[in-house]
Amino acid sequence: MAVCVAVIAKENYPLYIRSIPTENELKFHYMVHTSLDVVDEKISAMGKALVDQRELYLGLLYPTEDYKVYGYVTNSKVKFVMVVDSSNTALRDNEIRSMFRKLHNSYTDVMCNPFYNPGDRIQSRAFDSMVTSMMIQVLSRAPCCRAGEALWA
Amino acid sequence: MDAPEEPLPPVIYTMENKPIVTCAGDQNLFTSIYPTLSQQLPREPMEWRRSYGRAPKMIHLESNFVQFKEELLPKEGNKALLTFPFLHIYWTECCDTEVYKATVKDDLTKWQNVLKAHSSVDWLIVVVENDAKKKNKTNILPRTSIVDKIRNDFCNKQSDRCVVLSDPLKDSSRTQESWNAFLTKLRTSLLMSFTKNLGRFEDDMRTLREKRTEPGWSFCDYFMVQEELAFVFEMLQQFEDALVQYDELDALFSQYVVNFGAGDGANWLTFFCQPVKSWDGLVLRKPIDMEKRELIQRQEATVLDLRSYLFSRQCTLLLFLQRPWEVAQRALELLHSCVQELKLLEVSVPPGALDCWVFLSCLEVLQRIEGCCDRAQIDSNIAHTVGLWSYATEKLKSLGYLCGLVSEKGPNSEDLNRIVDLLAGLGAERPETANTAQSPYKKLKEALSSVEAFEKHYLDLSHAAIEMHTSIGRTRSARLVGKDLAEFYMRKKSPQKAEIYLQGALKNYLAEGWALPITHTRKQLAECQKHLGQTENYLQTSSLLASDHHVTEEERKHFCQEILSFASRQTDSPGHKIVLPLHCFAQLRDLHFTPSNAVVHVGGVLSVDITMCSQMPVPVHVEQIAINVHFSIEKNNYRKTAEWLTKHKTSNGIINFPTETSPCPASQNNLPALELYEMFERSPSDNSLNTTGIICKNAHMLLRRQESCASLETPSGVALEGGAHVLKCNDVTLEPGANRLMFRTQAKEPGTYTLRQLCVSVGPVRFVLPHLYPLVQYDVYSQEPQLRVEPLADSLLAGIPQKVKFTVTTGHYTVKNGDSLQLSNAEAMLILCHAENRAVIYSNTREKASDVLLRVQSSDKVTSISLPAAPAYHMIEFELEVLSLPSAPVTGGESSMLGMTEPHRKHKDTQKAGHCMATTDHKVSIDCPWSIYSTVIALTFSLPFRTTHSLLSAGTRKYIQVCVQNLSELDFQLSDGNLVDPGSADLQLVPLNAKSPQHTHSKQSVFFVWELKWAREPPPSLHCQFSVGFAPASEGQLSIPLKPYTYEFQVENFFTLYNVRAEILPPSGTEHCRTGSLCSLEVSITRLSGLLEVDKDEALSESDEYFSTKLMYEVVDNSSNWAVCGKSSGVISMPVVAQATHRVHMEVMPLFAGYLPLPDVRLFKYLPHHSAHSSQLDADSWIENDSLSVDKHVDDQLDSSSIKSRGSVHSASSSEHKGLPMPRLQALPPGQVFNSSMGMQVLVIPSKDDHVLEVSVT
Repeated sequence: MAVCVAVIAKENYPLYIRSIPTENELKFHYMVHTSLDVVDEKISAMGKALVDQRELYLGLLYPTEDYKVYGYVTNSKVKFVMVVDSSNTALRDNEIRSMFRKLHNSYTDVMCNPFYNPGDRIQSRAFDSMVTSMMIQVLSRAPCCRAGEALWA
Repeated sequence: MDAPEEPLPPVIYTMENKPIVTCAGDQNLFTSIYPTLSQQLPREPMEWRRSYGRAPKMIHLESNFVQFKEELLPKEGNKALLTFPFLHIYWTECCDTEVYKATVKDDLTKWQNVLKAHSSVDWLIVVVENDAKKKNKTNILPRTSIVDKIRNDFCNKQSDRCVVLSDPLKDSSRTQESWNAFLTKLRTSLLMSFTKNLGRFEDDMRTLREKRTEPGWSFCDYFMVQEELAFVFEMLQQFEDALVQYDELDALFSQYVVNFGAGDGANWLTFFCQPVKSWDGLVLRKPIDMEKRELIQRQEATVLDLRSYLFSRQCTLLLFLQRPWEVAQRALELLHSCVQELKLLEVSVPPGALDCWVFLSCLEVLQRIEGCCDRAQIDSNIAHTVGLWSYATEKLKSLGYLCGLVSEKGPNSEDLNRIVDLLAGLGAERPETANTAQSPYKKLKEALSSVEAFEKHYLDLSHAAIEMHTSIGRTRSARLVGKDLAEFYMRKKSPQKAEIYLQGALKNYLAEGWALPITHTRKQLAECQKHLGQTENYLQTSSLLASDHHVTEEERKHFCQEILSFASRQTDSPGHKIVLPLHCFAQLRDLHFTPSNAVVHVGGVLSVDITMCSQMPVPVHVEQIAINVHFSIEKNNYRKTAEWLTKHKTSNGIINFPTETSPCPASQNNLPALELYEMFERSPSDNSLNTTGIICKNAHMLLRRQESCASLETPSGVALEGGAHVLKCNDVTLEPGANRLMFRTQAKEPGTYTLRQLCVSVGPVRFVLPHLYPLVQYDVYSQEPQLRVEPLADSLLAGIPQKVKFTVTTGHYTVKNGDSLQLSNAEAMLILCHAENRAVIYSNTREKASDVLLRVQSSDKVTSISLPAAPAYHMIEFELEVLSLPSAPVTGGESSMLGMTEPHRKHKDTQKAGHCMATTDHKVSIDCPWSIYSTVIALTFSLPFRTTHSLLSAGTRKYIQVCVQNLSELDFQLSDGNLVDPGSADLQLVPLNAKSPQHTHSKQSVFFVWELKWAREPPPSLHCQFSVGFAPASEGQLSIPLKPYTYEFQVENFFTLYNVRAEILPPSGTEHCRTGSLCSLEVSITRLSGLLEVDKDEALSESDEYFSTKLMYEVVDNSSNWAVCGKSSGVISMPVVAQATHRVHMEVMPLFAGYLPLPDVRLFKYLPHHSAHSSQLDADSWIENDSLSVDKHVDDQLDSSSIKSRGSVHSASSSEHKGLPMPRLQALPPGQVFNSSMGMQVLVIPSKDDHVLEVSVT
């Protein structure tokens, strides 16, 4: 259940940013923008260590009291940032990863559109509806009891 | 050996704990060995292999040796691990069988029984041997027997349970050896016991955990059990494993909380949901917080207590593991998750309490970490701690806001009550920090005590956080903290301090193009600037906000109104102008010139249409919009001409301004795209290429220093340009959105005008666009009048009327009524005047202005064209028909001689020349009314025809053929072909042509033939004149009669003198010639006339009224059909008498079968060399050598030169051969020789015995 999804250009300006509680849009903008600090840090750290490993997922960028901010960076240094409600503890790393992968695929589709100018804001309806589905989809799934499964399975 | 005596403390300061080993048997013996033992045991590590696939570990073992008591053995069901004796050792130094039997055996048996009763199987019997004792009792059995007995009695299958330690207190190698063996055994046994007992414990624990879904299960009980395991690991210094235990407990608890949130609450969890009454933060300075632990044990802990305790244990272990940065990271996670968990569990927390807890905890963690690291370490790991710092800052801020410490007036009574409540929840300061000056507790208490203290602490924290963020390059985070700080300052009514933070943040957001943060920060900045009274800055920010689409409509109107009200307020005090950049007020969209090429002549009117998009939400009345224009005189005169300008300008005249997408990052959008152009520089004299390359037209834009982004927000020094040239537009109301503005100007001085600066005036406020980009220019030119005359078609054809276009470009000259062009006529060119010649007047932009009748008056010398009146900078165009008289080029002599000798080469020559038309130039001089000088114009006409003639013979009958070839693209109708020889009246030319007109298509030829008849002796040369009427085939009616086309030529020596006749006869007796067999060739040369004028030359010799001339004949077979046997040529003396015949007989052999053409027989005039006397030499003798020596080139000359020049040729060649007495050959003119056997063929049949048949295909 992402509450905010952002695609940020290589030059760090937003290509796409959308958040679900629209009244708090500004807060998410600030949050995503600030998270770029950590993205930059992680990218430069990764640049040294994981050149060939091609790990695009940056993991948890930084947690706040209410939200968790996750990051993902494409090979062309386009960043995806996803903000997730902290209370949504059912969301695990793997799901975040797959959400990012979906986002990346959809973004690739946008880029493949010959009418899209790379660097422009993304206005694709397909992309938008994909993001919407990502914001709603997990919401509808109730977190089930999985006490400790992962711990001592 | 004191320890075993004391009663064990119930629990625990884990670090002092060691696994318990009991000692039974000889206590004195053990006491003596104990020091060495406790020293030696941990010296060497031992590998601990572990169950469940866990990695083996090396362990340094230590033990707590206590005296064996039965109470120490755990009772059934007791799961305590810390007090669990892992090994039991029985010590004895008995070496006497008797003693053994009497006491030791019994004692051992008893000990064994106790152990068995408690099913303890980890035991060891140590027999200490002492040489000294042995020596005293020499009669005893060998020592082995005692050990053997013990082994036999007790260790029935495990003989290794009994160990011998010999002379433990001595310093000998044997002692060392036995110690080593013993210690290894001891360690192994201990580890085996650990593995076994811990394994059992873990199994039990797991079983307990699996029961967690049962109703009575208690997390706290389970917690205690697993913590026991953690303690043991810690005791064994296996901190990693200990940490795992806590982490598992942590995860288990978290999962329960999550499940609770999902509605699946466990009963026990409700204990934790008690309202929070104490928020004293984490306690990390003690290894174990016994108070909290007891709370948990008693099931009275709150969530915060449990979390605090768990974290304090994790923190301790992590610090043991030298991982302080993980502590910081985990602390942040913990604090966040605690806040979440309290929310999830719906625990009631007084407002601010959590903030206090978090604040205290952050500082506690930070101080704990600082306590165990040095400065350098801390500085290099700021990235790990900065989160805690900013979290603490944030929490302090929210506490401050909550408790009214940030307001101007300070806290009210309600706030004070809240502060008191919050402080009460902190309780008393803990003893361990009581003496620390900067303890978190003290800080918080102080910060909440007064407004000033709060400010101090808050600023300290904020600055520290900003500094840390900045130092590790997290500028964005630093900006965010800075913005909080700015908000704080604004609350404190000190906007001057807030401004710098807001500007900094705004700069950052602008640089990266984040629209919403930009808007928000701008709003804050606007407020700040308003408070500071920075009028210009405020107005600029207001204009930016008024044009910002992220701001609500109301707010936009508000900000717009701020500007307008300022503008109206200030009108009374003129002089002070406020200059603001235009882009936040309005944007230019496009610009359109009329005329569209932006080129006007002097005095012309130019209008500029500008579409300007107002960004304001309401209509704005603008007093004036002015565009400053820069004027430059064009140095290059050529540029001033209308043609050049028209050619080099954008065609549609619309200039689009790039739309500024305002919140776009500096990095890419501030730089305009490269504008590259090819550049060719030609030398002015010969137009050859000097330089070529690529130039960047906007290099100045790209290369200029990047101005700092701050200037975007502060009114940069935009200077108002003043200038003489200004385009103005007054009193306009700019509606929101697109507005069309029209500027009109009348062109005055010629030159280039560049639109520079646009300025919109609203009261004293000037919105200025410092540079219009892309470059907008218009040109004003002044032009000299000009006349151009050019043919309508590609080329003009002579002989038929052709249209020529006259273009008068009036330039600055105004054509008045009565102005006329005076054309002085060229001789051979007529200007045809029609009744309705029309002139069209165009404006400068090629728009048709009017259509007037043109009056053309022609006299002998002069044609006068009266021009219609036309204003300046117009064009008058009209067409006139001209006619160039077709005059044939003078052609002399003979042209091609068809059907005569060597016709091939001549054909080739004619064809080669046949494709280009001959031209004639006519020069016309024109007097123009605007100039005293005449304009001379050359018109080139091409002759459409090319004519050739040739002489044809049939015996003595003569024909003249004239070929007219049409070279033009047009089709012509030829009629009335006529040939006359005006010179000789007695000559008759009988036409053999069709009477009807002949049609000749483009590139076709028409032939005309006349037969030549004469009554008397014909003259040696004919002077012929050919004329033919022609008209273009397509045009039905021509306005004027056309002159016929004429062609003059001469024909000489046309009279036939000799008839040559050749005949091939088959060998006698055969009917046909055969290949390979000789046949006879009979050549007869017959003189057809008596002495004529043409015969009078050197070859003629006279003797006794009898004239003869020398001829040479030559038989040549060019096609190699025949082999000439014997002499092929010879000189004959021909009597100049009619019907004189000379016969020559030759042998020839056909080489092929078939109808073969006869070999050629050529006849030459044989001229003796210069000497008067005739040659004694036999001409044949050197002709036979080879004809090379004969001067044959004369023959070649004949091809091209006229016969008239014979004499000169002769002299030229004779001079060449001066001193060589050589006869010369001269070909007879083709008209004089007629070959009557021309074209005859002879049938040759193949010889019968020919076994090779050659077939040649040609």
